[in-house]
Amino acid sequence: MTAVTARGLSHSFGSLEVLDGIGFEIGPGEVLALAGPSGCGKSTVLEITGGLLEPSGGSIEVSGRSAGSERLASCAWMPQRDCLLPWYSALDNAGLSLRNQMRSRSESRAIATESFEHFGLSGFEQARPSELSGGMRQRVAFIRTLVSGKPVLLLDEPFAALDAITRAELQEWLAPVLAETGATVLLVTHDVEEAIYLADRVLVLSPRPGRITAGLDGARGAAGDRTEVVSSRSFNQRREEVLDLLGPGVDHT
Amino acid sequence: MKARAWLPPFLLLLALLGLWQLAAESGFMADTLGLESFLVPAPSEIAEVLWQDRGLILENARTTLVEIVAGFILALVCGLLVAFAFRSSELIRRAGYPLVVASQTIPVIVVAPILVVWFGYGIWPKLLIIALICFFPITVNALDGLRSADREAMLMMRSLDASGLQVFRRVELPSALPGIFTGARIAAAVAVIGAVFGEWAGAEKGLGYLMLQDNAQLMTDRMFASVVVLSLIAILLYVLIGLLERVIVRWR
Repeated sequence: MTAVTARGLSHSFGSLEVLDGIGFEIGPGEVLALAGPSGCGKSTVLEITGGLLEPSGGSIEVSGRSAGSERLASCAWMPQRDCLLPWYSALDNAGLSLRNQMRSRSESRAIATESFEHFGLSGFEQARPSELSGGMRQRVAFIRTLVSGKPVLLLDEPFAALDAITRAELQEWLAPVLAETGATVLLVTHDVEEAIYLADRVLVLSPRPGRITAGLDGARGAAGDRTEVVSSRSFNQRREEVLDLLGPGVDHT
Repeated sequence: MKARAWLPPFLLLLALLGLWQLAAESGFMADTLGLESFLVPAPSEIAEVLWQDRGLILENARTTLVEIVAGFILALVCGLLVAFAFRSSELIRRAGYPLVVASQTIPVIVVAPILVVWFGYGIWPKLLIIALICFFPITVNALDGLRSADREAMLMMRSLDASGLQVFRRVELPSALPGIFTGARIAAAVAVIGAVFGEWAGAEKGLGYLMLQDNAQLMTDRMFASVVVLSLIAILLYVLIGLLERVIVRWR
């Protein structure tokens, strides 16, 4: 059974048509990237998948269930901004989903502390979000999404707000983390390199209203470190291919 | 608070009091206003009467302070409940918000005697008048604060299994706290005006009542002494709320 199945998804905000007949499938444990120019409706696909928005047309199923509340229960959404709550420590931000699930504060903190240790954030548990660097904030936001224990992660341009060097570092950090967790991931990005590097498959979207114009294999799991992978000939061919499909005005980093 | 913050206003106040002292002592103020000099007391005379009659003034100040604090708490509770209700439903907000704004067009000084007729000379008319004045800044600022909550953070919380109440408690309420404190500070400052209006309309004690008595006896110096104490009460409340805000809203 597929983890996520979308058929003919369309959506409009009033008279503004943002999606036009999007269809895709994501297998369990697969990372699918949606790459497209800004405003093509990528984030809307995530909100629909996660049960935060109902599509104007088409159908969507997550773990075989289509009701909004069921999709909500199966997906954890990581928005573009880290959305860390400034009144909580980094640790309590990371454990928010557990608190929402009525786990005790001490239990939530214990689980989040384990993740902090595992993902290289030890020593920053009590830091306020304002005391963390951009890269650390994104890592806390990712841990917050991950510890929810949901089978499907929806990542909305997770590193878009970061500088190029930090973005590359976090991509390198995220790749093995995703492999380890075995989560099914729908990743939205306008960074072509990020899409190819992190995903099993990349779907390319047209400008608004978003339509899928092509699909190609990503480089997830390729041998070697990030620099080797992204500088390989096959990676560059795929990048050129996607950039050609996207046309001008797209992030060529 | 650092000396850099409080020193300039303190020095300015001192300079103004010095000017007043000189103008009153030299008879300049009384001459200019065409009044007897005892009607235009110097700051030193006001301080003197404040010390001499401290027992009487403090006893009345205690009554007024109780009215102010109780009226303020009533306004805070009602204002927050109304703001939460407005936030919970757009229909309730659309229906109720114009009434909240309209409540501010009611001239309190006109309503005060009616409330005294209805509720007598006790504390209730004063509480209601203070609450009527304080309610508006608290409600409006709390509502603005609630509406300033980050929509994306609220969606993120929903995606992380938060119930409506959890989103409110963990995102909306903390987002609203700075606004709530702003409203409370404004309310604390105007609560004093409400208490005096209430006592003018009908009271048996309190600083407003004392001022009326002193006015009838042309005791301008003690009237000023009451004004000083009322100002001190307002400043004290303002500062206390500010301190409480610094303790609670630590992330700012």
